[in-house]
Formats: sequence, structure tokens, C-alpha cells
Amino acid sequence: MKLPLYEVFVRSKRGLDHRHVGSLHAEDGGQALKLARDCYTRRGEGVSIWVVRSGDIVASQEEDAASFFDPSDDKPYRHATFYRLPPEVKNL
Amino acid sequence: MTPSRALPEFVLALGDDSLVLGQRLSEWCGKAPFLEEDIAIANVALDYLGRAEKFYRYVSELEGGRRSVDEIAFLRDSRAYRNLLIFELPVGDFARTMARQFMVDAFHLPYLRRLSRSADARIGAIAAEAVKESRYHLKRSREWVLCLGGGTRESRGRIQRAFDALWGYGPEMFEMDRHEKALIESGVSVDRSALKAKWQASMTDLLAQAGLKVPDREWSIAGGRDGVHTEHHGYLLAEMQYMQRAYPGLAW
Repeated sequence: MKLPLYEVFVRSKRGLDHRHVGSLHAEDGGQALKLARDCYTRRGEGVSIWVVRSGDIVASQEEDAASFFDPSDDKPYRHATFYRLPPEVKNL
Repeated sequence: MTPSRALPEFVLALGDDSLVLGQRLSEWCGKAPFLEEDIAIANVALDYLGRAEKFYRYVSELEGGRRSVDEIAFLRDSRAYRNLLIFELPVGDFARTMARQFMVDAFHLPYLRRLSRSADARIGAIAAEAVKESRYHLKRSREWVLCLGGGTRESRGRIQRAFDALWGYGPEMFEMDRHEKALIESGVSVDRSALKAKWQASMTDLLAQAGLKVPDREWSIAGGRDGVHTEHHGYLLAEMQYMQRAYPGLAW
């Protein structure tokens, strides 16, 4: 049996983000949601679940890693910490 | 039958329904059609086992601790079990399991809703917890019936044959036994017979949606509440009770 793959995201508490917890096979989105409830939230882990067809996710590729991510390695000035804070700014 | 003698008998029957179906469903553990469904169906089985434990604990207390929960579950023979027959039937194929599940879920949800307002607060509390579980069980079984009915010729044939084979076990869910009748007036038990028409309507409705035929042969079988069970019941108990019989007093 070949069922489509779904990625599962669970929000553990109100106010927090949904986090990727794993994947599962299901017939459709509705079934994926129910199976996610049974497979990933049976110990009270969540208050909300998202499921999305794995095939619908557009992902960056390993072979593009050099062009995607390396150029930012030598640009520390893009971090806010690079700048010296004026003494008037206290709670940042 | 006085209400005070009827109460433990009534609660025992509810526990037996839950335990026997929980045991049946757990037979799918490790064998369900795919991994995710395997976990989901084992979850449902655990809901039923949990329910049984709560009902038996109450029985044990009502009896003044004469028997422990384990003794009630594991040291009675078939004739002392009060479960309705539909719960003890073999799981069969997956379609058979889901057809039975839809029949019992469609009964349990309205029944437990009413039972949650029982004059007996303990029964009411157990039922109120179980309502949430059954609402979910019904969503699951309903979708599986639609899925199998709308699937291939093979799946449609299997789910249709499942309903045909199980149909006559439905009416027993709406027959009142003498213990329940004794507890009606005080508001402890629920008149199950009043739920039948709605149940039949929900069956007809879903079977039509799933492109299935409502079985037309009228037959029904009963006896579970009197301890008269199908030939499958003894085998179920033999497997379920083996550990406690072989190692008396065994505790986890």
C-alpha cells in the first residue's frame, strides 16, 4: 500500500510556534490529522496540529548549501551585537 | 431486584462491555494495515481498557472490596460475563473491525452523553470522560466506513459483507436488562431502547453515503447480559486471563 507522506507540526502551548515533530502516511489531510493526534499527541504534547503533504514543501538542497549559506559566514556586522549600544539604552 | 443489588450488576455490565471490546481491539496491535493506524487503533483499545478499569473499581468498592479489580476482570468464567454479544465477536478483517466499531460508536456517543447525567455521580463522571473518547472514535470509524465503501471493489465488498454479518447484533444494544430497569426510576440508568430509532437513522444515513446497502434481512440475537455468549467468548477469555490463571495474584 502506497499512501502519501505528511509532515506533522505540533504547537505544544498557546503562544508558542508549531514545531516539526515527524511525519506519517495517510490517505488524505483529514486522516493525517487524526493519525497525528494518535501518533504524536497521546501524552498531552499539544494544543494544535498542522499537517502538510511532504511533497508540497519546497526545500533547499544540500548541493546549494555553499551558495545559499556560506556568503553570510563572513558578515558578522549583520548581527545586531556588532554595534555598540549608546549608554542610554538599558534593557535590550 | 432491589436497586442496591442492581447497581453493582449494572456497573459490572458496563465494565464487561468495555473490557471485552478493548481486548478485541488490542488484537490489532502490531498487525494493523499500516503503522500509523496500528498506533491509532491500539489507542482506542486503551480507551476501552481504561473505562473497564474505572467501572470495575467502582464495582469493587460497591462490593466492599470483596473482589479486586483484577479478580473481577480475570477470575470470572464466560457465564459470569455480562457484555453484549457485539463486543465479543472476533475482529475479522479490518472492514469487519471498523463496521462493528461504527455500530458501537454510534450507540456509545448518545448513550454515554445521557449516562453522564446519571443520578449516580460516579457513573456520571466515568461516562463524561468516555464521551470525549467516543466522539473521537466515531469520527474515526465513520471515516473508515466511508473510505472502504468508496474504495475499490474489494474494499466495498468487504465492508458490505461486514455489515451484513454484524447486523443482527445491533438490536441487543437497545434491549434493557432487569438491573437497568430497576435503576431507571432513580435516574441512575438510561433507557437504551429510546436511542434505537436515532441509531438506525444514523446507520441508514452513513451506509447510503458510503454507497452501501442497509442489510435487509431482519434477524437479531441477544443473551450477553444473561451470560449466554457466542462460542468466541471462551477463547477470548482464555487468552486474556491466561497470565492471571497461570500465576495467581500476579501484579505488574
